[in-house]
Amino acid sequence: MGGVTKAQIGSFLARQGILIAFALFMIGFALANGRFLDPDNIMGVIRSSAILGVMALGVTFVVISGNLDLSVGSMMSFSTIVVLDLHDKIGPTMAIPLMFSMTLCLGAFVGFLVGYLKLNSLIVTLGMLSAIHGLTLTYSGGKNMDIIDKEGTWFSVFGQGSALGIPVPILIFVLLAAFLGILLSKTPFGRKVYAVGGNGVASTFSGIRRPRVVFMCYILSAFCVATAGLIQASRSLGSQNTVGQGLELEVLAAVILGGASLLGGSGTIFKTVIGVLILGFIQNGLLLVGLQFYVQFVVTWVIIILAVWLDIAAKRGKLWSPIA
Amino acid sequence: MTDQTPVLRLEGIVKTFPGVRALDGVSLNIMPGEVHALMGENGAGKSTLMKVLGGIYQPDEGQIIVGEAPSVMSSPLDAKAKGIVFIHQELSLADELSVAENIYLGELPRKRFGMVDWDTLYRRTDAILDKLKVGFNAKTIVGDLSIANQQMVEIARALTVEAKAVIFDEPTASLTDAEKVVLFEVISDLQAQGVGIVYISHRMEEIFKITDRISVLRDGSYRSTVNTADTNEESITQLMIGRSLDLSRNESHHELGDVALEVRGLSCGNLYTDVSFEVRRGEVLGFYGLVGAGRTEIAETLFGLRDPSAGTVLLDGVETTINSPADAISKGISLVPEDRKGQGLVLGMNCRDNMTLPQVDDLTAGPFVAEGSEVAIFDQYRDKLDIRTPGWKQIVGNLSGGNQQKIVIGKWLSMHPSVLIVDEPTRGIDVGSKAEIHNLIRDLAAQGYAVIVISSEMPEVLHVSDRIVAMYSGKVMRTFTSEEVTEESLIQAISGLSSDKAA
Amino acid sequence: METGKYSKYLKSGAIWGFIVLELIFFTIAGEFLSLSDKAFMDADNMLLLFKQSAPIGIIAMGMTIIMVNGNIDLSVGAIYAICAIVLLDSMTWPMFATLGDGVIPVAWALALLVGVLLGALNGLIVWKTGVDAFIVTLGSMLGYRGLVFMYNGEQPTSHLNWTLVDFAEAQFLGLHTPTWFLLIATTAIWFLMNRTVHGRNAYAIGNNREAAVNAGIRVGPHIMINFMIIGFLSALSAVVFYSESGSVNPNDGELYELWVITAVVLGGTKLTGGAGSIVGTFGGVLAIQLLRKGLSHIGADTSTVNLVIGLILIAVLFLDRQLNIKGKEELKV
Repeated sequence: MGGVTKAQIGSFLARQGILIAFALFMIGFALANGRFLDPDNIMGVIRSSAILGVMALGVTFVVISGNLDLSVGSMMSFSTIVVLDLHDKIGPTMAIPLMFSMTLCLGAFVGFLVGYLKLNSLIVTLGMLSAIHGLTLTYSGGKNMDIIDKEGTWFSVFGQGSALGIPVPILIFVLLAAFLGILLSKTPFGRKVYAVGGNGVASTFSGIRRPRVVFMCYILSAFCVATAGLIQASRSLGSQNTVGQGLELEVLAAVILGGASLLGGSGTIFKTVIGVLILGFIQNGLLLVGLQFYVQFVVTWVIIILAVWLDIAAKRGKLWSPIA
Repeated sequence: MTDQTPVLRLEGIVKTFPGVRALDGVSLNIMPGEVHALMGENGAGKSTLMKVLGGIYQPDEGQIIVGEAPSVMSSPLDAKAKGIVFIHQELSLADELSVAENIYLGELPRKRFGMVDWDTLYRRTDAILDKLKVGFNAKTIVGDLSIANQQMVEIARALTVEAKAVIFDEPTASLTDAEKVVLFEVISDLQAQGVGIVYISHRMEEIFKITDRISVLRDGSYRSTVNTADTNEESITQLMIGRSLDLSRNESHHELGDVALEVRGLSCGNLYTDVSFEVRRGEVLGFYGLVGAGRTEIAETLFGLRDPSAGTVLLDGVETTINSPADAISKGISLVPEDRKGQGLVLGMNCRDNMTLPQVDDLTAGPFVAEGSEVAIFDQYRDKLDIRTPGWKQIVGNLSGGNQQKIVIGKWLSMHPSVLIVDEPTRGIDVGSKAEIHNLIRDLAAQGYAVIVISSEMPEVLHVSDRIVAMYSGKVMRTFTSEEVTEESLIQAISGLSSDKAA
Repeated sequence: METGKYSKYLKSGAIWGFIVLELIFFTIAGEFLSLSDKAFMDADNMLLLFKQSAPIGIIAMGMTIIMVNGNIDLSVGAIYAICAIVLLDSMTWPMFATLGDGVIPVAWALALLVGVLLGALNGLIVWKTGVDAFIVTLGSMLGYRGLVFMYNGEQPTSHLNWTLVDFAEAQFLGLHTPTWFLLIATTAIWFLMNRTVHGRNAYAIGNNREAAVNAGIRVGPHIMINFMIIGFLSALSAVVFYSESGSVNPNDGELYELWVITAVVLGGTKLTGGAGSIVGTFGGVLAIQLLRKGLSHIGADTSTVNLVIGLILIAVLFLDRQLNIKGKEELKV
């Protein structure tokens, strides 16, 4: 095996680097604090990552199709507030489907603008971030939203319940990840998402209806956001208007950490899940060794840049950029 | 002239890229005051050589000697400072900026505190523009100029320094005849000042009109240098391709079936007007013309990528409208596009997925993609087209141009179209693969496909077509059968000289 | 070519037309809806508008040059917060205790220096690693925000220096101090982008990077300088604002990047780089601030402001695209 070259090692590191980094982190934290690998702790981390994770699943589709979605954070606030409000007005059975349809409408609007009108997704979703935030505030009148009878509702099951000893948020996250993972890797639709993100012009020249594919990605993203909103609302049974603020960038960070390129055409659901878990475990690990939550921000910064840097360095075969 | 020192000498230049020896010991002398043509087929190494000279690439071996001094060109600016000026084939202008800023890009005159010295800038620019006799001034925004005028801006860049040698790469590609005259005047002015000119072009008539000597590259190595006056087109061609040019015509005709596609009076804005033709099953219809004659645009219209402004399209005798590529595919039309990497392939995807992309919706087992049938399709066309790849998992971007093109062709053959349109099927492909693709096109017609071949290479059109449509400036000039066509009549037709003879 | 010119004028004039429209609308609507008796176009109100535009406006000037250069900076809000903390906290450091009010220029200089350094770090990473500026600054937005929290936990950092407050609240020739800083920043960056070699090269790089590289323009240093400029301006914005307010929360400056980018895009800067103007950005900043003020003048709350600004941003994008469509025969890809 003397023939393994530096380049091969480099490309292996680039391909599997995120898993290696993940493993190193786990080992490091496990050595630093024995409780880290405790099953309860691991379960707790996954559970608290579920909301971010569910949103990241949808955004993965959008990013692979070559676009961005910065509106997921404020859209999540919207669905949380709406479902909490409707819960007391029409009951949870009606509130949930109604909230989902309203969120999907917002997703459809974004999808129409980016897919069919071909507007720049960064600016469109930036505008939607602001607009949906306004919509939420208008809806709630700026007040926090609370369910009045917190003890007597079955609605809490999505955020607080558990089945077969597994917390429901984890179940939702895992099932949704499995479903969307299969959708992305095994179906014609998934294939078309990669094609559209990989080369939009060539996919049009291959008869793929690009607008429709992009549109569907935003619908999926909105569906994931609505699910995340449901978990959030059910977990806390009350919420501020700004509950999802800033999440769009954390979600994007998780997706990028998973190795999806912002140029589109690459990434997988599995890797996104890894990205989400890395963020979750870093946060947890740092807390366990006695550091504050915000240290996580700094660590995430370093990791994101290193991850993307190594990825492109392996592709160009040089560590430093050729920019003069 | 022989006793003079060359302004520029290249000695034994070698440049390799991973897997390719792009330049293999190339030597070249440019004398002061001469126009030196550099010729060779696509991929012969002309562009690489010029990039080495212009400081964009560093040579692995060999040296560049400017005047008497061996030089290292570390960057384009460095090359320019040493008097070697490069005029790019692709326009490399910043279209939001003014003409003056583009001409002095990278070396704007400065005043104190890094401020731009606008007075000097405009004065110098206007002086250069006066020489070129153009109809715009230093402050015009480049984006507002026509393509030809933008080309003149590119040329004006050469005049900003005391150039020792100026390299023109296909400078006339987008110029009108009147503008060419101005360009040739500029070149002879430079010549008179003792500047050495390297002139890269495929256009023989220009080469023989303005150059003094011709050097030929083939497959990255230097072949020969000849005096223009002592040679002719044929022997240059022979040097370029290593054998005499095969202008043989297609003589085998297949049994023709019904008319598969008929086009009547089709127009699209000012891209092309009043185009009519028909293709039968078993027939290859060639479209020949210069770049910009409107051939690709017709193909794009037939494939649903452009909306025609007038005219009708009939498929199997039934009038039809084609709204989108998906629509065209469902009606049995396939297009192998001209830009393989930009339009034909998703380079980051594997071979199999690229090949089955248009039909991925139909290759399903339940809700999933039937990967088995996909691999079967890939295997079938890999064998049929002799695609050389380690396996279907290979990323298409890693294949050679010829194999990439075969993937695109396979992609569309596997759709079993009734009309197959092929746009520049062998652009950038080596000679061996070219012949294979030509045979393939003939075979397809024999199997009853109606095939349209668009090409800018005369041997190719002559070789594969049963009939040839000659286009000039958006109009069909004449349709030839392969028996009646001659090189002269074809060249006249695509130069707009035979409109009176239009069939 | 004539129609091209026409649409160009239309585009560059659009933001000012929009501002006039806003003024007319809010003046008339204010007559019927406003709760106060004061007219919308009241002089004091307009002066206040300029003053309130300053924090976003100063940063927006830097964002214009960053975006013209073909990059983006999402970390401006975090830099703003860090510099605010440095400004306020450094005035309490024992080593400066003997300086008296002389600590003010020291604190200012420290805050501005930190801004420049943080910007330089962004620029250096973009330059040397070749990672897209979007990702680099997305990361540092988180990272720099983490530094903010590390400094003083979740507690606000406060220090009031009355000399400083007097200075910040002063009016010179009728304009408030922040307004002056906004005007100076605008003029300086306008000058930089239109009159200096650095500025013109920044346009060229954003417009056609390959051509710029081939012409020997060194892209890296230009990128780095621009990131240093936006870092400096983020710091300046913090200095101007917190000199007056005297207290900074660790969450301050969040979403500033979005407001700033909105203003720049409204002002007509192209997302892909190469085109945009400081005057347009100035218009964009005013338009947003007018909208905020106008809506509150007629009794709408902040929610409506968010909604309206978001939709206007999308509408501008849509109109811009319509103006750029070449005709029916265009390739449908």
